[in-house]
Amino acid sequence: MTRILLIAEHDGTSVNPSTAKCVTCASEIPDAEIHVAVLAKDGASLAGEVAGLTSVDKVIQVDNPANSYPVAAILAPQIVAIADGYSHIFGPSTTFGKDLMPRVAALLGVNQISDIMSVLGSHSFRRPIYAGNAIVTVEAPAGLPVVATVRIASYASAAGGGSASIEAASVDADIPGHTRFIELRSGKSDRPDLQTAAKVVSGGRALGSAENFDLIYKLADALGAGVGASRAAVDAGYVPNEMQVGQTGKIIAPELYIAIGISGAIQHLTGIKDAGTIVAINKDGEAPIFEIADIGLVGDLFKIVPELEAAVGAASGRE
Amino acid sequence: MEKILVGLKRVVDYNVRVRVRSDGSGVETDGVKMSINPFDEIALEEALRIKERGEAGEVIVISIGSSDVRQQLRTGLAMGADRAILVETDAQTDPLTSARILLEIIKREDPGLVLLGKQAIDNDHNQTGQMLAALWGRPQATFASELVLDGDQATVTREVDIGLESIEIDLPAVVTTDLRLNEPRYVKLPDIMKAKKKPLDQIPLADLDIEASAALNETAFAPPEERQKGIIVDDVAGLVAALQDKGLL
Ligand SMILES: Cc1cc2nc3c(=O)[nH]c(=O)nc-3n(C[C@H](O)[C@H](O)[C@H](O)COP(=O)(O)OP(=O)(O)OC[C@H]3O[C@@H](n4cnc5c(N)ncnc54)[C@H](O)[C@@H]3O)c2cc1C
Ligand SMILES: Nc1ncnc2c1ncn2[C@@H]1O[C@H](COP(=O)(O)O)[C@@H](O)[C@H]1O
Repeated sequence: MTRILLIAEHDGTSVNPSTAKCVTCASEIPDAEIHVAVLAKDGASLAGEVAGLTSVDKVIQVDNPANSYPVAAILAPQIVAIADGYSHIFGPSTTFGKDLMPRVAALLGVNQISDIMSVLGSHSFRRPIYAGNAIVTVEAPAGLPVVATVRIASYASAAGGGSASIEAASVDADIPGHTRFIELRSGKSDRPDLQTAAKVVSGGRALGSAENFDLIYKLADALGAGVGASRAAVDAGYVPNEMQVGQTGKIIAPELYIAIGISGAIQHLTGIKDAGTIVAINKDGEAPIFEIADIGLVGDLFKIVPELEAAVGAASGRE
Repeated sequence: MEKILVGLKRVVDYNVRVRVRSDGSGVETDGVKMSINPFDEIALEEALRIKERGEAGEVIVISIGSSDVRQQLRTGLAMGADRAILVETDAQTDPLTSARILLEIIKREDPGLVLLGKQAIDNDHNQTGQMLAALWGRPQATFASELVLDGDQATVTREVDIGLESIEIDLPAVVTTDLRLNEPRYVKLPDIMKAKKKPLDQIPLADLDIEASAALNETAFAPPEERQKGIIVDDVAGLVAALQDKGLL
């Protein structure tokens, strides 16, 4: 029987959208019963949130003061303790899941399937390799648990309206004290979240300074968009690391992606291949970004972007 | 600490535009430039800086792969590693097997710190370090952008989706590197000569007693779906019109 255990991602107060995307991936596996584990300090309201996702059959709430912040070495043994009887154990391919799931896989003595982008059968999946330059079909061995992470840009969120049962589990696991969470520094912003925004505007090295990056923020605000950046822009200190889009940053799939002063290195393109419409603004007509852009505009961003911002403002004002 | 162990994987150079063979049997690697996995170069650079600060005695680089990998290990020695270990096998090992092999070497060498890349840019698995830490029963600090040692502890800043996280770990531990941890040094010509004299141990995989794992079976390779080439507009008005056309404005 196919029973899938999903590991929910959350920040203690709300469930990360990656969880609803994992549910969609799991629901593509034929005849599967889907359970979601919420490991938290006090997971009652989080569990309630997850129980409302359609296709979820049961929520397993594992409360423990040690779970107030997600530390892989602390969560993994608890997941292994409840893993019995599950044919599949999935988590999101976010930094949370990437950190945690291989630790779970190793404790269960199996390899992990990283970044599932499509489900071909209960033990057959497709995933990207070489920064998305190749797609490989992998078959997991029968009779062993399938541990995997789900490439969340490949899946829509599961809808609400479900009403799964919630079960509190008391877990008997050895929780190590060798890894201690200290703090999280996060640039709080009111802009739409980069990973789930419908529109994203990104800036590259061409912006030249943190101050100039204001041009990108203003355009994003006019569009109601999230903001991203190339690695070069992050490395140069124009923006914080969590804004990096690409192979080693965030893989995103907005309806509209606008790349400004970004050359289009393969490592960047990997992060945006699933976008609906890609717009490129670059002064070099030969820049590789134009090879995948749906709409290209060749010219100086310092002239174009303020004009575009004004035009967008006017266009939305007319509506 | 006495020793730091650094994993070096040989991979297709990151500048190469990788292509799937026309018969779908895999990725074209014939005649393609090979290099040290970029994240592993960062791991080695970090180990060397720790040693140069007087916080470690010896830096050992280790690779699992064919005899061709000696080339990348020599580069690692030229960067400044003290000695190299090659666990020799012609087959690509799966991450769980790689982790088991690394654990076996850890048992022999007893390092105070193991530095690996966060991911190898060929298979993009992003699992070996986490698996090794699990099997070893030790802390893991993945995606590190800053590493500060303090006796038998370390404080690590990790790049996570929502920002920067700090954790404190007891040593020994596994740390995996992110891009911003440091900028690796260039190898100088005299160092390449010197590196030829540094020890490079070759251990056939068969000489290690490694439990076999059920590897994932890779059955087909395909190129990604190509995006259609788009249009070029002349000015902002053209761009706005095109966006309105698609219902995006
Ligand atoms: C292992 C590895 C992983 C990586 N991961 C990532 C990743 O996740 N994400 C990522 O983005 N990169 C990543 N990179 C880096 C990547 O290879 C490129 O170096 C980077 O994306 C370049 O950023 P850029 O396009 O902003 O800068 P550049 O390549 O310098 O491009 C700047 C562009 O701006 C244009 N320009 C300049 N001035 C103007 C102007 N006034 N108006 C309009 N256009 C102008 C130029 O024509 C040029 O095309 C990775 C690299 C490695 C080795
Ligand atoms: N064959 C190998 N030889 C040496 N180190 C390896 C090997 N495979 C993986 N590693 C290490 O593990 C890291 C993560 O690899 P992966 O889990 O395959 O993405 C790499 O960056 C290396 O540091």
